[in-house]
Amino acid sequence: MSIWAYIFSVLQAAIPAGTPLLYGTLGEVTAERSGVVNLGVEGMMIMGAVTAFGVAQATGNPWLAIAAAALVGGLFALIHAFASITLRVNQVVSGLALTMLGQGISGMIGKRFIGMPPRVQLKAVPIPGLSDLPVLGPLLFQHDVLVYIGLLMVPVLWFMFYRTRWGINLRSVGESPATADAMGVNVFQVRYLAVFFGGLMAGVGGAYLSIVYAPAWIEGMTAGIGWIVIALTIFAMWDPVRGLLGAYLFGSVRVLQYRLQALGISPPLLNMLPFILTILVLMFSAGEAMRKRLGAPAALMQPYTREER
Amino acid sequence: MNLLPRIRLEKRLDTPRWLSVVTPILSVVAALLVIAVLFGLLGVDPVDTYWRIFTGAFGSAYGLSETVTKAIPLMLAGVGLAVAFRARVYNIGAEGQLLIGAICATGVALFVPGIPDGLRLPAMFVAGALGGAVWALIPAVLKARLRIDEVLTSLMTVYIASELVNYLVYGPWKGPGEWGFPYTDKFPIAAQLPRLGATRIHYPTLILALLAAVLAYLLVQRTRWGFEIRVTGENPEAARYAGMNYLRTVMLVMALSGALAGMAGVGEVAGIHYRLRYPQGISPGYGFTAIIVAWLARLNPLGVILTSLLIGGLLVGGDAIQLKGLPSATVYVFNGMILLFVLSGDLFTRYRVRLEFPGRVAVPLARPEREEAA
Repeated sequence: MSIWAYIFSVLQAAIPAGTPLLYGTLGEVTAERSGVVNLGVEGMMIMGAVTAFGVAQATGNPWLAIAAAALVGGLFALIHAFASITLRVNQVVSGLALTMLGQGISGMIGKRFIGMPPRVQLKAVPIPGLSDLPVLGPLLFQHDVLVYIGLLMVPVLWFMFYRTRWGINLRSVGESPATADAMGVNVFQVRYLAVFFGGLMAGVGGAYLSIVYAPAWIEGMTAGIGWIVIALTIFAMWDPVRGLLGAYLFGSVRVLQYRLQALGISPPLLNMLPFILTILVLMFSAGEAMRKRLGAPAALMQPYTREER
Repeated sequence: MNLLPRIRLEKRLDTPRWLSVVTPILSVVAALLVIAVLFGLLGVDPVDTYWRIFTGAFGSAYGLSETVTKAIPLMLAGVGLAVAFRARVYNIGAEGQLLIGAICATGVALFVPGIPDGLRLPAMFVAGALGGAVWALIPAVLKARLRIDEVLTSLMTVYIASELVNYLVYGPWKGPGEWGFPYTDKFPIAAQLPRLGATRIHYPTLILALLAAVLAYLLVQRTRWGFEIRVTGENPEAARYAGMNYLRTVMLVMALSGALAGMAGVGEVAGIHYRLRYPQGISPGYGFTAIIVAWLARLNPLGVILTSLLIGGLLVGGDAIQLKGLPSATVYVFNGMILLFVLSGDLFTRYRVRLEFPGRVAVPLARPEREEAA
């Protein structure tokens, strides 16, 4: 195999591998844009994964499974929303609690699914016309539908963030909730919605794992993907387009992890990469001016209250 | 018309002492009730499960000894976190600092020749504490120099540490005598901590943990540094005006919590496993669970002694219910729910909660006789 063919095959595999990361990241970017960090991504994802697998087994309908996973992810996120937005508890610890809760509940629900052969599988759907393009066709347009939806979400979210009133409200709530409030934006509502959306997306990301990428239920099957999402959100500097690049980049790392093992390169060293890269990005983007330019929400992790303005 | 009451929070100026004792207890009770309902929904008998957890952890000499064994790392790491959180420095990387401590101890146990037998274990503890402190200083320095939030960086360092352990036990440190398992070779006798009788309680580490709790309490309550830690946590602006060195406080509490977590890691490899193994084998998330321990103790180092035993018992009870076919993950439900409720319960100590019904006067829920602090 020529070097180009090799790189091509890695990239082609990186897209499905990066898809759960993409969903999680787009959701977390939205939540953090509103000023709420949700470290519960791992928990929401695993709940999505177990829900999707369970519903798919029961109904044989993958779309119902994905919808249910999204809903469960969203409902789970509302726990964090209530704690961090209404009760103003520490966002970091509340998110951590959500992750533990998700790991626990999914483990209990999923016990009966262990070892079950999957009833449904999402097949690749080549897009007519586009899939015949040289190089790009097989790279981008011969995947399953969730890959396409994920890809499509990127420009949609970008447009929402930067070109709509909804996006202005979202970003202003994350930048300066007091100002947004004074302008008549319902800070609490925006934050609740953003966190809920984050949960929906994490749920779909989890569903992708259990019914598409590796159709099965394995306890703890998200295996740290939720934490990579947290890293990716910063890596992407809260931007959906950079989120896409990051997700596929970290997706390639996941693919390479298996392939480079054959060449004697230790997988653990590769697994460290996303986390080291994120710290490096944080270092290079440090400094108030740089953070502003790159779009870090100024009110991140700060609860908002009208009384203490 | 909106008939739902609106929740309004009013900041308390001071917290009555009884409230700060009662709140965590009620929070745990509330969490247990909600978990019972959840278990019921999942088709698990909650009464039977709770009974098994309780008797598993506290109902036999073996259970009790295991509870103490698991409380040791939780206590060490929890004490450090209580101090750090007190300064509002959110080190959530204790798990990684613990693993680095385990790595350093293993390095000293297996690969440093020429240490007299009597000094082998002390050297391992020193190395582990140093390693943990240095690992914790990565996020501390980044925060101090570049103002990067320590929450995310300390979290990232957990996964780096964990992969480092994997790298070592699958790679260069893999023991030739371990039949291909991802373990290092067994520690020599001089690098193994003594245990209490037939139990797994490695008592030197327990003594260190108790000592750490008392010393940390004295540090926070009785020393100038402790005063600075408390002021920094309660009012960073005031601390700055008073000429306190914020960056020094950050470095101090991060290094301290890292060192204690590192020592917890030393205890695990030198007292329980006698070798370095894959990360989940060394610690089933003690560093994260220690966050609950610290919070449950309301960030009081002495309280950590009690809460670490409680949560340690929960972990042991969690093992007991596995025998009945519940997955090991069940214990995370307890961890997560208790943490969530303790956090939320904390609210009642910091704020007065009022429910406002539309069209009616505000109904105070607590301490109505108090004057508004306007």
